[in-house]
Parts: sequence; C-alpha cells; structure tokens
Amino acid sequence: MVIMKRIIYILCAVVGITATAQQTPVPAANKAYTIMNATAHIGNGTVIENSVIVIENGKITTIADATTVRMSPKGEVINASGLHVYPGIIACNTTLGLVEIDAVKASDDDREIGTFNPHIRSLIAYNAESRVVETMRPNGVLIAQVVPRGGRISGQSSVMQMDAWNYEDAAIRVDDGVHMNWPRTFSRSGSRFKPGPTIPSKNYTQQVEELKQFIVAAQAYTGTGKKDLKYASLKPALDGKANIYIHVNGEKAIRDVLGFVKEQGLKEVVLVGAQGAQNVTKELIAMNIPVLAGRVHDLPARDDADYDMPYKFPKLLSDAGVMVALENSGDMERHQARNFPFYAGTIVGFGMDAERALQLVTLNAATVLGIEKDYGSLEQGKSATLFISKGDALDMRGNQLTRAFIDGRDISLNTRQKDLSDRYMEKYNKK
Amino acid sequence: MKRVLLLLFLACGIASAQEYFPNNDDVSARGEVVVAITNATIVTKPGTVITNGTIILKDGKISNIGSGIAIPSGAVIQDAKGNYLYPSFIESYGDFGMEKPKRATGSGQQYDEGRKGFYWNDHIRSEQEAMSFYKYDEKAAKKMIEAGYGSVQTHMNDGIARGTGMLVALNNNGDDGMRILKKESGNFFSLRRSVQTRQAYPTSLMGTLALLRQTHFDADWYSKGNSATRDLSLEALVSNKDLVQFIEAGDKKNVLRADKMGDRVGKQFVIVGGEDAYEMIADMKATNASLILPINFPDAYDVTNPYQEWYVNLADMREWKQAPANPYLLSQAGINYAITSKGLKSPDKLMEKIKMAMEYGLTADQALAALTTKPAQILGVSNMVGTLEKGKVANFIMTSGPLFEKESKIYENWVQGSKHVVKDRNRKDIDGSYTALIAGETYKMNISGDAKKVSIKIDSTKLGSKITYDGRWINITSTQKDSTTTGFTRFLGVISDDSNYHGIAYLPNGKEISYVATKVEAKKKDKREKDKKELKSIGALTFPNVSYGSALKPQEETILYRNATVWTNEKDGILENTDVLVKNGKISKIGKNLSAGNARVIDATGKHLTSGIIDEHSHIAIDAGVNEAGHNSTAEVTIEDVVDHEDVNIYRDLAGGVTTSQLLHGSANPIGGRSAIIKLKWGYAPEEMIYSDSPKFIKFALGENVKQSRFQNGVRFPQTRMGVEQVFEDYFTRAREYANSKGSKKFRYDEEMEVLLEILESERFVSCHSYVQSEITMLMNVAEKHGFRINTFTHILEGYKVADRMKEHGVGGSTFSDWWAYKYEVNDAIPYNAAIMHSQGVVTAINSDDAEMSRRLNQEAAKSVKYGNVSEEDAWKFVTLNPAKLLHIDDRTGSIKNGKDADLVLWSDNPLSVTATAEITMIDGIVFFDKERDLRFRESIKEERQQLINEMLAAKNKGLKTQAPKQSTKTLYECNTLEW
Repeated sequence: MVIMKRIIYILCAVVGITATAQQTPVPAANKAYTIMNATAHIGNGTVIENSVIVIENGKITTIADATTVRMSPKGEVINASGLHVYPGIIACNTTLGLVEIDAVKASDDDREIGTFNPHIRSLIAYNAESRVVETMRPNGVLIAQVVPRGGRISGQSSVMQMDAWNYEDAAIRVDDGVHMNWPRTFSRSGSRFKPGPTIPSKNYTQQVEELKQFIVAAQAYTGTGKKDLKYASLKPALDGKANIYIHVNGEKAIRDVLGFVKEQGLKEVVLVGAQGAQNVTKELIAMNIPVLAGRVHDLPARDDADYDMPYKFPKLLSDAGVMVALENSGDMERHQARNFPFYAGTIVGFGMDAERALQLVTLNAATVLGIEKDYGSLEQGKSATLFISKGDALDMRGNQLTRAFIDGRDISLNTRQKDLSDRYMEKYNKK
Repeated sequence: MKRVLLLLFLACGIASAQEYFPNNDDVSARGEVVVAITNATIVTKPGTVITNGTIILKDGKISNIGSGIAIPSGAVIQDAKGNYLYPSFIESYGDFGMEKPKRATGSGQQYDEGRKGFYWNDHIRSEQEAMSFYKYDEKAAKKMIEAGYGSVQTHMNDGIARGTGMLVALNNNGDDGMRILKKESGNFFSLRRSVQTRQAYPTSLMGTLALLRQTHFDADWYSKGNSATRDLSLEALVSNKDLVQFIEAGDKKNVLRADKMGDRVGKQFVIVGGEDAYEMIADMKATNASLILPINFPDAYDVTNPYQEWYVNLADMREWKQAPANPYLLSQAGINYAITSKGLKSPDKLMEKIKMAMEYGLTADQALAALTTKPAQILGVSNMVGTLEKGKVANFIMTSGPLFEKESKIYENWVQGSKHVVKDRNRKDIDGSYTALIAGETYKMNISGDAKKVSIKIDSTKLGSKITYDGRWINITSTQKDSTTTGFTRFLGVISDDSNYHGIAYLPNGKEISYVATKVEAKKKDKREKDKKELKSIGALTFPNVSYGSALKPQEETILYRNATVWTNEKDGILENTDVLVKNGKISKIGKNLSAGNARVIDATGKHLTSGIIDEHSHIAIDAGVNEAGHNSTAEVTIEDVVDHEDVNIYRDLAGGVTTSQLLHGSANPIGGRSAIIKLKWGYAPEEMIYSDSPKFIKFALGENVKQSRFQNGVRFPQTRMGVEQVFEDYFTRAREYANSKGSKKFRYDEEMEVLLEILESERFVSCHSYVQSEITMLMNVAEKHGFRINTFTHILEGYKVADRMKEHGVGGSTFSDWWAYKYEVNDAIPYNAAIMHSQGVVTAINSDDAEMSRRLNQEAAKSVKYGNVSEEDAWKFVTLNPAKLLHIDDRTGSIKNGKDADLVLWSDNPLSVTATAEITMIDGIVFFDKERDLRFRESIKEERQQLINEMLAAKNKGLKTQAPKQSTKTLYECNTLEW
C-alpha cells in the first residue's frame, strides 16, 4: 500500500513536471473556423445579438447578423449559441514579460538606470514564456503594450500578443512609442520611514527645463556628425511615426504638458494616468490627444474626493468626447493585468454603457496604440484575435472562456496555475 | 533713571548673596532692601482684584499685599499708578536650559540594549535627572521673561521614560541657588523614542504603549525587592513614583491612549497635548486628566493657487478655523488645563495666540488661570507660585492695562522680587497726531508704531521723514515742502506733561525756530461697540471631524427594507420579494408584506439585501505603525491601542459594503501583535468601534517577511524557516514555564507571556500570515504539540496543497482571490485556492490586506465563481458568513437572521455582479453610508471648502501669516510596512 502511494506520488511528480511547462504556441493559422450564433460584442460600441463569424488565414473574413445573412460555414464550426464573442482585450501600459517576481531582483527587467533613456527598448527583454503572461489569456487579455519604467524618459514600448515563442513573433508593433514621466508638481516630503505631507516640488521647474532641453537638442540633431544614440532613438517619435506617451497626473501638470506639446510641436501624444484630466477635456479634444486613464481599481487621490472617482474617471473623459483607453500601472500591476476586463466592468457599475466600456479595452486601446487597422474590434478584414466566453466577459462570473484565437490561431487556455489546481484536486479526489 | 535701575539691580544682587560668605570687597554690614509697589491695580489671581493696591517685597517673596497696608520704613517705593499687576506665568513644559541630547550614530540594526545596569530598553531613561543636563540659559530666559513667564518646569526632552524635571525661576539677576524652586518637580514620560540610542524596539506607537505598561509592571515588581540585579532605571522609577507624572502625548487620540495606558498601570498622568481635544471633548473629559495644552494654532494655508489648494484636505482647512476655539471649549467642558508655549516658534507668540483663543470666547480669567493658577496646581506648587499672596514667591508682571487687551503692554516682569524691565514704563507713549506752526506753515505730524514711524504733511504735501525717540528727546528729520530743494529740516523736541511737545526746528537755511507741537486728540472709538464684537464661530464640526463626517453622530433607526432579494446566508438561501425589518439595532423580522409600523420604509424593489462584508485581514484605520518589528515576538502590543477612527478609508470601505474588519498587526515577526476587530462605525470613537466583548485574536506570521528576506544583512533571529519553528517552540515553552512560576514569590508579571498563555489555553485565536505548504504544516504541528489549534491561516496561498491537512487540524483559510507573483513564496499561488480549500471543507474567506481592494471585496468573492466554479451563494459567504465564523462573531453578524446585528448592505444588483454598488450600508441598525447622502456630502464639501478658501484668502489679505499648501496623507499599510 505504501509502495502504491509512492508510485502515485512519483507519477504525479512526473505529470507535474510535464504539465508545468509553458503553453506551446500554436503554429500560424491555416485553418478556417465559423463561429455560429454567438452574441458578438464588436468592440466599437455595437452588438450583433446572433452573429456569424468566419475566420480564414488568421483574419475575420465575415462578421454578420446570422438572422439576415445566408452562407455556408467554413472550416470548423463552433456552435456558440448562448455564448459571447469579444475582440481580444488589450492591456495598455503594462510591464508584462519584463518582471517575473517583483521581490526577486534577478527576475526584474523593467527599470534601467539613468534619467533620459529613449534608446532603451522593452521589446528585447520581453519574456514570451513568462508564467505571468500565460495567465492573461484565460481572462481574454490577448494583447499587451509592454512598457519600460523609471527615469524622465523610460524608453520605448512595443505591443505584443500573448502566444509566442519569443519576442520576435510576439511583436505586433515594434517600438510603438517613447515614454516620458512628467515631473511631479507635488511630492511627498519626509523620509520613507517617516512620511511628511505632500508639498510643492522644489525641482519642478528645473526638471521641466531639463526635459525641454533634451527634446530641443533631439529636434536639432541631424545625425550628420557624431552619432548620438539617445537623440537618434527619439527621431521616429519626433517625426510622428511613433507615439509619445507622457505619464502625468494633476490638472496643473497636464496643462503644463499641453503647453509643452504645443511649444515643442510634438505629434502623436498620448497622456497616461492623467488624474485631473476631467477638467481639461476641451483642450485634449482640440489637440486630439487621447488618454490611457489611470487604474480603475485605485483609491481616490485625496481625502475629499468622491469615493468613486477612480471608478468613473474614464467615463468622465469619454462622456466629454476624449479618446480613452485603460491602463493599470502601479503596485502589483503585472498579475493584475488579467483584470482588465473587470476594470471595464467596474466602470459600467458607475454609469457607463457596457459596450462603450468594452471599447475602452479593445478598439480604443488599439487606436491609441496604432494597431486599430488589424486589431481591437470584430470587423471584416481584421485579425481574428478574439475569444468566446460563456457569459459577460466584463463580469468575473461571466468571464469563462471556451476558446480564444490570436491571429486566427486557436490558442491554449491552460496555465500552470490551472495545472496546479488540477493536480491537487486529483490528489484529493483519489483519497 | 537708568542709574537708579542699575542700583536697584545691584541692591537685589547683594541682598541675595549668602550671608555666611566672607566678603573682601566691601563692608559686610548692609541693610536689606524692601520694595513697595504702590497704587497698582493688582489681580492677585483670576477674578480677584485689589484696586489701588500695594505689594511689599522682601527676600524674593511677597511680604505683604493689599490695599491701604502699611509700608515699612526704609522701603524703596515705586509708584505704579495706572498700572496693573498680575502673577507671572508658569511654563509647565519644555527643555529650558537642557543640553541637547546626543544623537546615537551607527548603521545596521540594533535589537539589544546598549547599556548595562539599566532597563533592557534604552528608550526607558527614567534615571535621567534634569539637574545633570541643566545650565541656566539667560538668553532663552530673557525671551520668556518678556513673554510674561516667571518660572518654568524643564526636563530632558528625550526618551520614552525621561526622568525627573525641575522648576526654575526665570531670574536673570539671581543664581541657581535661588532660581531652582524645586529640584525634582515631576517625573516625565513621552510616546517618542530616544535619540540617544538606536535600539529598534519599539518601532511603533502600540509598541511604545506596551513598553510603558511593562516598564511600570516591572517597576512595581522591582520595588518589592524581587530582582537579583540592580536596575538603575527601575530604581529611579520607583523612587520618583510619588512625583507628579507627566506624559507628552500629542493629538487627541494620543491623549486618550496615554490616559488608557495610565489607567492600566494605576497612574493618572498629566498629559501634554490635545490641541484638537475639542473634536472628542466628551472622551477627553472622561479621562479626568489635566492637560498641558499647546496653542500653536495653524496658520491659514496660502490658497491663492487653486492647483495647490487642491491638495489641502478639508479637515486641515477646518483645523485652521477651529483650533483656536480649543481652550475655550475645554473650559466650557470643565476640563482642567494649563497652557504651554511649547510648539510656538518663540514665547513672544504666546499673547497673540491667547488673544486668538479669546476671539472664540475664552475669558481673560480663564486665560490667566491657564497661565498661572492652573499650572501651579497641576505642578503642585501652588504654595509657591501662581497667585500674588503673602509668603509666595514674588513673581509678577506689571502691565500698562488689563493684561489681554489689545493695547496693553508688559512693562516689567518681577521674578523673585527682582525687576526685569520689558519696556520702560516711564517712557512716555508719544504716538498720535500733532500740529505745529513753524515759519508760517502748518505741519501735521503723525507718530506711530511706538515712535518708530512718523509722517509729516504740509497741507496735502507729504514730506519724507524719519524719527528717533529715546524716551525724552524726539528727533525728526524731514525733507522740504518744495521737493526740488535738497535741504532737510531737523526737529528736536522734548515731550511735556500736557502731551504736547516743545522744541526747536533747525531749518535747512540754518535758522532755528522754536515751536510747540500740539497733540490732536484722537477720536475715541466707541468702546461698547468694540466689546459687542461677536465671538468667532468654529463652523461645521462633524463626526468624525473630517470630510464625509456627519453633523450629527449617526443614530439607530427602525427601518423596513421592502421587497428585496435577500441573501440570508442561512438555510433559506436567497429569498425573492422579501421584507426585512430592523429594530433596536437588530434584524427583527424577515418575511413578506411586513407591517411597517413607525419604521422608515426603504423600497428595495429590484435590489439585493445582504449581510455586511467582513474583511478578515485589513490594515486601514491604524495610527503610527502596523508592525512592532523591534522583537521577533511582540504579543504584548495590540492594534486596539492605535485604532484611528478618522481614516477616510473607513468611509470608503462602507461605500463598498464592508461592515466589520479585523485590523491585524503586520507580518514583520513570527509572533506579532493582537488584533482589533472593529465595526466600521464612522463617526464613533475608536473604543465604540471595537467589538464589545471582542473575541481575542493575535497575528502570527511565517516566511519571507519574518525572516527579513528584503533586508540586506538581517541580524534578527530567525533568518530561515527553520528558525521560525524554533521561535514558536521557544516562546511557548517559556510561556508554560511562566505559567508554572505564577504564585511563586518572585513572580514577574509579563504582558507578552500572559498573551501567549491565552493562546496555549485556547482563549486567544491565532490568525497566521502564511504562504507555503511546509511552514503551514509546521505551524499546525507546533500548535498540536502544544495543545491548541491555529484558528485561521491568512493569505495561505498554498492552502490548496494542504487543504486536507488543514481540514484535519480544523483551521480556516482566508486568502486573496488572485494575487500572486509579487514575491518568491507566492510563485505557486493560484486563483483556484479558495475554491479548492472550500471543496475540502475548510472554512474559506477572501480578504483584502489592502485599502483599495477592501472596498470591492464583492468582486473578489465573485472571482471564485470564475476560478473553481464555486456557487454564487457559497462565494458570497467567502466575504460574509465565513469570515464571521473565522472571527467567532457569526453568532452576531454574517447572515440575515432574526436577532442578529443589523449589519446590512443594500446593493443595486446581485452583489457578485461587477456592476453592483452599495446603496445603503448599516451597522447595528445605524445607516453609515447612503449613496444619496454621499452626493449631498460632495456638495457640502465643495461649499465648505469654498467658504474656507475665501476666509483664508481674507486672512492673507489682512496680512496674517500663511503656510504653504500641504496634503496630509494617511500611510497605507500592508503586512510588510515597516516604519522607524
């Protein structure tokens, strides 16, 4: 009997080892699929209650109302009656794949030293086999922007899909933009152990000036003389070929940023975080600047604030007409990136239309990241990056994925976490 | 005149020299000097006035005082007609004359004491005697004398126990032999660590309070001769126990904490602090403590920049407006207090602040008492100082008019019968308007600012002018009426008795012309009208007195929820279209079509009614440290000592449907501190929030935090999981031995051991921070070996690996829904954890450990539906009934059942829905959150802010001092927050 048990344990261990390997990426799609009768949440604010979706060669070749269109299905037919289809959810401004375990320094690759680092690229440090990354998929998060942190200019981000062997096949848009951290107008005084009140930053003006000087020099740089890696790396962004993400909070700082953008003639600017932007919407619209609105699951920025300010903030911007997507930087940001659908769902509880809320994490996100031609919504000709859920994917209870596709590839929804769950349930069931 | 003064000083000096000292520079036979001050209005003590009085001073004492008393022959008589005499003030707190404590230097952690022969904790410095750090500071004394002080109690302001203080007369003409009125005037304590040591313990306020308790228990034990070794600190504590006991506490909450600690050790402290006492005046009064009250009222914030103003909390704006009312409100409440100048930039601000307090209603008598009789009484030196009576020390001030009136000035401060001139009273006040006819021109002169400023006009032409005045001679220089000329006119003059002055003008052309400047009588302001000036109002005072507080303390109501979907958490499951009646704070009836009677009816059609969310693991509402990290076991500390009832996160949690939270100690050590289990009764005092008859809990912790994984070079045992087991073994073994020593002669009461014993005897439950399976199993084994069981594993992210073993042990699991990957020990954490533990019969809860997550625990519970297919009813119990079971409060709360506490939440939707929001949250039948009321709060906050902003702008325009905007931010604690 004892021997028997041991054998089972050994077996389990062996199974465990094989089961805990990362999910193997699916080869490029050559298979066709037809998803029948699902409620299709398009991602642009509209719904088709009873849809037909055809996937061929990685693209959506048909998306239509099944009650009005007659066609013969292609490839594998997926009966999704009573189920819901969504475009893959896009997590903006994450550090996915750059850090595996926060407290283990050796696994951290999100923050380079130095103040002005436009030449630093997140792309090459992206770990496609990260165990954190694989946990995104069962929740419908299929695309993420991977962003370096720290410094005044952190470096350049890239947009990745979540089923890949390495960073090269993961990349959807390489070096989509450069990230600047606007100086803080207010900062907390005191030491780490004895925090004081928040007071106006002494160095604000000087820090803004330093940033200006850097940009001015980069603008003037022609590349003809001695090569400057930093200035050269800023060129695409300064030419409007890549985004300039400015991470900023507070109304005054945002207004200063807008002045700075005008003065420097910056193009393709995106604000990230942007607490206080609800008071600057007119200017943002006039300048055509979108916002990656700061974390929905957050505390209000001050004691007097409405308790639901972080919950309704994206709605306030959106209602005013600003192009808004969501981001979730901050404490515990990586593993929480799988909660992007629930951030959108929370906003619905504070008054936003559900399809509009979905748009914040799909089409709007794709638009901000500059990948909307191929991603972000269920539209003909776009990449078949989508998932099928048993219920409302923005609700924790409804978010039950049955299938997910990235570029038409039928990806695994398994994770090491699920394996561990199965392994121990099996242990208990055998008892 | 000056010469006379000088002589007087000399005379005093000689009179005070020791009579038995040899004298080689003059004859020794000299008479004593007696001074009689006559014709004064003497306020001998608050409310008692002698008009036309005389005071006779001899040997530094008042030898007689009264009206019409005989003046001894040979007395030096000083006529004080028109002047007032008051007792000099007594400063009861401060570090006058003390040397600066030497700051300990070094690096790395220090856990053990740095001294031998003293108490085990270097912050206990009860052996410090003020005298050994004292050197009379003439400069500092001068400032205090000018502010009206005649004596000061001083001590070494360093350490948690600080030793004795002394009372010193501020006699700049005397010597220490005379000046030291009392060598040991009190025994001092504080809630602040010593800078003279780097010993880690205590790292928190709760640790400080525990240390103070244990020190007192130990002193008691020591006094019975039980110690085999000598302990100089305890010895001093024992010998100073009959002195007045002072403790520096700080804000209102710390005053109450210090008093509670005093009650525990059988001491009534005089408490230094309470600038915001008016916010909890009933609790303050109930302490029976006398206060030494700082009056450093905050300056207005400079809110000229709206972007910066944004950061200032309403609570801080209010404090600016309300704080000056504090002394008055304390007087009204009958609280005994003395005012201290502690905290003021300089003692000369004292009068300004007192006058601010008087604008809110503080009377002159109350103010005077708080500066004289009250401190004398509190210090127990009324026999010496504080009033002007025969035989007392001759400490008094002479003023130009009633002490607290706007124009009044202090002329002289007599300390120990020795005169200190603050302002020459014989110097005539020449401020006013004058006209003089000189060479055909009428000069209009206006002298102001105590003769520091002059303006001169001829007709409407203003001349450039300057003035000097030495008490007799006025000297003015001015430019010419014709501004093209460059010459100057010099006016010399002497003031005469009729208030005019006579002089000679030296014109630029060399001519000298005599003139008379005639004083123009200023129109007297209607005094009555001035007196009628309305008292300042303090504006809104709310419960708690911060944003989102209510004008009235929230009260219990009889309420009928009509037609709700009721999640009972009982056998009945979820009931549709059901009414719930709340009465006397309890759930009184559940059914259909209940009669409302006089209940307020809330239409709950389409809404869901549940019992309130219970957060098993929270760190909100805690002041000054969530971790006592100074030792590897700190069972002696308790979060109950440091509950902060004003943390806005309480209100935010209510808005998320939370009604009960266990406020846990952090996870810095294997044996942490005791918990506070509170109901989130926003607007109530900390003691009212803590569960009555609360189940007893303590935090344990395992793994990376307790072994200091993030420290570069940890030196505290344990540094491995292997060591962690031995910490428990060690302490439980010691606790058993301690129990066995009870009743022995030399038994030493030890709070830490008492708490550990409670655990061993299953009277106190353990909630243990835990992650990996090995350590979880280890602790269950240790507990079983010692005959008790662990109540709850909290975090317990590998609970799914040992769920069967947990079930067998009988421990519950309170976990995160989906957190992982933030440190190595959570690498195997999975979101299915709750579902798996639950499936194996472990009582499972989902907790927050986070002020953000706690306000949407309903969503976290719903994740168990996604991860592991838990039924909705069971998932809901993860944040309600199950944590109630784990906290042993399920007989009172956690479900909707007749007779249970009415801790209820009305949700807009199914509470597990991502879109559900709490609309009404009630605790004990009292509505603490109401979504509609919240909207009204938002409006009133906006309005009140705007009003206070206008008032602060007005204050700035008036030229009052302002401070830069700042945001007071509450530190958000997590398990591993370390602060020291």
